[in-house]
Amino acid sequence: MAQFMTLPEAVAQNLNSGDTAAFEGFTHLIPHASAHEAIRQGIKDLTLVRMTPDVVYDQLIGMGAVKKLIFSYAGNPGVGLLRRLRDSVENGWPHAIEIEEHSHAAMANAYEAGAAGLPFAAFRGYKGAELARVNPNIRSVTCPFTGEELAAVPAIRPDVTFIHAQKADRKGNVLIEGIVGVQKEAVLAAKRSVVTVEEIVDDLDAHPNACVLPGWAVTAICLVPGGAHPSYAHGYYSRDNASYIAWDKIAAERDTFLAWMKENVLDARPEDFADRIKHLRSAA
Amino acid sequence: MSETDFTSNEMMTIAASRALKNTDVCFVGIGAPSAACNIARLTHAPDVTLIYESGTIGTAPQVLPLSIGDGELCDTAVTTVSVPEMFRYWLQGGRVTVGFLGAAQIDRFGNINTTVIGDYDHPKTRLPGGGGAPEIASSCGEIFITLKQSKRAMVDKIDFFTSFGHGEGRDHRQRLGITTKGPTLMVTDLAVWKPDPVTREFTVVSMHPGVTREMVQAECGWTVRFADKLEETPAPTGIELSTLRDLNARTKAAHSGGKTGEAA
Repeated sequence: MAQFMTLPEAVAQNLNSGDTAAFEGFTHLIPHASAHEAIRQGIKDLTLVRMTPDVVYDQLIGMGAVKKLIFSYAGNPGVGLLRRLRDSVENGWPHAIEIEEHSHAAMANAYEAGAAGLPFAAFRGYKGAELARVNPNIRSVTCPFTGEELAAVPAIRPDVTFIHAQKADRKGNVLIEGIVGVQKEAVLAAKRSVVTVEEIVDDLDAHPNACVLPGWAVTAICLVPGGAHPSYAHGYYSRDNASYIAWDKIAAERDTFLAWMKENVLDARPEDFADRIKHLRSAA
Repeated sequence: MSETDFTSNEMMTIAASRALKNTDVCFVGIGAPSAACNIARLTHAPDVTLIYESGTIGTAPQVLPLSIGDGELCDTAVTTVSVPEMFRYWLQGGRVTVGFLGAAQIDRFGNINTTVIGDYDHPKTRLPGGGGAPEIASSCGEIFITLKQSKRAMVDKIDFFTSFGHGEGRDHRQRLGITTKGPTLMVTDLAVWKPDPVTREFTVVSMHPGVTREMVQAECGWTVRFADKLEETPAPTGIELSTLRDLNARTKAAHSGGKTGEAA
């Protein structure tokens, strides 16, 4: 049953150095506040999983929290490359990370297999694609009925998944709306899950087919308004595209990166996120 | 009525937009393809179905999204599905007629690299990776590609096969058991290219107004083949050009909105 607690408590209780962790969000509802708390608590040696590692994974990598990255698209969408990731892969700063690279189809299928309790996912993919040469976890399986050869990848089973959502009710049931991404699968695939929310309400007021995670399927819930910034929460505040554009320059140099991290992460608190989205309130 | 005062980028976007039909279901890549697809929707193909990999189906944004998952895409979509559903039911299920892709690096057979420049383990430049493209390239009915020409982008040999085009050419796709057509069109800022029916090598079939063969060759890393019957791309119409410029102006205003973020 989901327990309500502060974000520092939830991270301390659910994320350990050396864990495999997913901070999921497909452009929308990216759990920035949770990742920042992990950085503040000095968690290290993480195997990070995410389909679309962007700014917040750049921050985790640049701060030296990451041992290995499992991903399918690592970029600052519409802006450019991830400069801290590049510095790690190309120059070994602050250290070299291990890379396990897939396609989106593979990652989405692998999360779904994890949620379904299956050991692997089969799908039609990677045909002619060179990733199969460099990633030993991309294999194939033959359909026992038709003989078709399909791609196979291991299920993703994180120790812990962090997501951000619009709201929870007082029993801990969580509602996710808008671009729902792969968050439901990422939570159900994980041993533990931490959900930050914009608000806690008496009634979710959800459509019968809405994307709801029942409270008993979630480990911890934390109230962190603005916790997705500079990503967004549909219906609450819009994506801070200007911040994504600004990140490219901040991350370009190690010094400017570290100074920014000190001011905005190490010396900040989860409560600071509420201020960051004030000028972005819906609009959406 | 056609215009004479336009940039090569505008010509590229508009020429690419003309390739989409009103009945197409199109998986839209971010960047140049996104502009082209939305110009198609705002001009000759109002009912074209645009799909972004974030799960938005039948979306009709007023401004171009910066990412593939801006809220605008969801707000204006017929429906928004989860990412696993997007890739399993809609893409792998064979519902998408056209995949519209950009490319960091491409070869004459439409094979695309968006993974690394240099060696995979010790890259000179670590690019974002494939994202949805490896399966878009094999599961969509056909693939349109649009990119700005340069010798750095159009190379004799790509450093990494992120997405398979026609491989080594001829029947390479069939030999791998791929049943879809693969790249059937490439639109650059200088020309329109189509694969040779036999070798599958991209061949210039139409040059944009004012462009010469020498200009096309100067910005391409392989020896360019030109079709026997080489045409001139019709210049943008007044409607096409004003639609594109309005869209770009709305987009620019939207993405610079709010204070410039000091807190990413």
